[in-house]
Amino acid sequence: MKYRIAIMAALVATWTGPVLAQEKDPTIAGIEKYREMLGDDNPAELYEARGEILWKKADGPNRVSLEKCDLGLGPGVVKGAYAQSPRYFADADRVMDIETRINWCREKIQGFSSADVKKKPFGSADKPSQIEDLLAYVVTASKGMKIAPPNSHPKEKEAYELGKALFFVRAGPYDFSCASCHGEDEKRIRLQGLPNLTTPRDTKASHAAWPAYRVSTSRLHSMQWRINDCYRQQRFPEPGYMTDSVNALITYLAVTGEGELYKGPSLKR
Amino acid sequence: MSDPMKIRAKMNGDVAEIRVLMGHPMETGQRKDAAGKPIPPHFIQSMTVEVGGKMIVDGQIGTSVSRNPVFGFKMKGAKSGDKVVISWVDNKGDKRSDSVAIA
Repeated sequence: MKYRIAIMAALVATWTGPVLAQEKDPTIAGIEKYREMLGDDNPAELYEARGEILWKKADGPNRVSLEKCDLGLGPGVVKGAYAQSPRYFADADRVMDIETRINWCREKIQGFSSADVKKKPFGSADKPSQIEDLLAYVVTASKGMKIAPPNSHPKEKEAYELGKALFFVRAGPYDFSCASCHGEDEKRIRLQGLPNLTTPRDTKASHAAWPAYRVSTSRLHSMQWRINDCYRQQRFPEPGYMTDSVNALITYLAVTGEGELYKGPSLKR
Repeated sequence: MSDPMKIRAKMNGDVAEIRVLMGHPMETGQRKDAAGKPIPPHFIQSMTVEVGGKMIVDGQIGTSVSRNPVFGFKMKGAKSGDKVVISWVDNKGDKRSDSVAIA
């Protein structure tokens, strides 16, 4: 009898499988179609083109370019550097995401002051910030490469554990954590799908699509912005630009989403 | 200084598909800034597309076109290797011209 039930269950499973796959939520299918139509000709490419010029331009008080900047794969290596970030940098003695590292180079190589670098991290549609241009150039050089943060140095492992812990910390006036919105499958706010960032499946898709150009704001958004803005939406005090806690959360996301091929800056609503 | 354009041009059978992404604020003059002052209009007024030395588009556009506009064209009679030159002039007299060979 038991045996028969098992067979029945197996048959039901094989029958419902394909049917479920066809019944995709039409709203989600619609959003996917919209994204596909906009796939080419992403204005993020304009950022990338500006960023490339900026990368090679002798700039800052020292009048040198960033072409000697070590993004983790050796001085001057841009290709693939983003896919293997965040990582521990001995010269700075901290785990840095790619944006923190680019700014570190602007400070140490080009001679900008720390205050200059942090003054205007997030641009507006009318006045894009230079760091977003540089970021677009650097990340696009990793397009098609496997996301593989090293996660081997003790500090990298520490950052991962810290990021994972921060992800679940509930606090603030709404008693929210990152996991309140990003801890369950198939949730959304209005039309925005909320990836379940505790699972590799959703994190892979999400992490491989950032930074992203948003049509509604006409600008490129970095992961540093994304995490700070998530905290703002939770009514938390924002952790701050390039802080260890933000870099730890980015490390957690990169490690959880590892193995996916990086898609390059994507286009969002 | 204006941003470089991104031009894609490839042959699909005997039809050349040309797409261009231009970086431009395309300000209409209808918006106001945070202080309540009107933002002066700044938009592309005319654009041309040349393929293989021959003018195929000589057009006027205006404020109804979005920021960072994208245009697409399909044409017969072009071949792989032909040079595509796209140029625009805006209402402030700024110009930009970029080119690419058809793949």
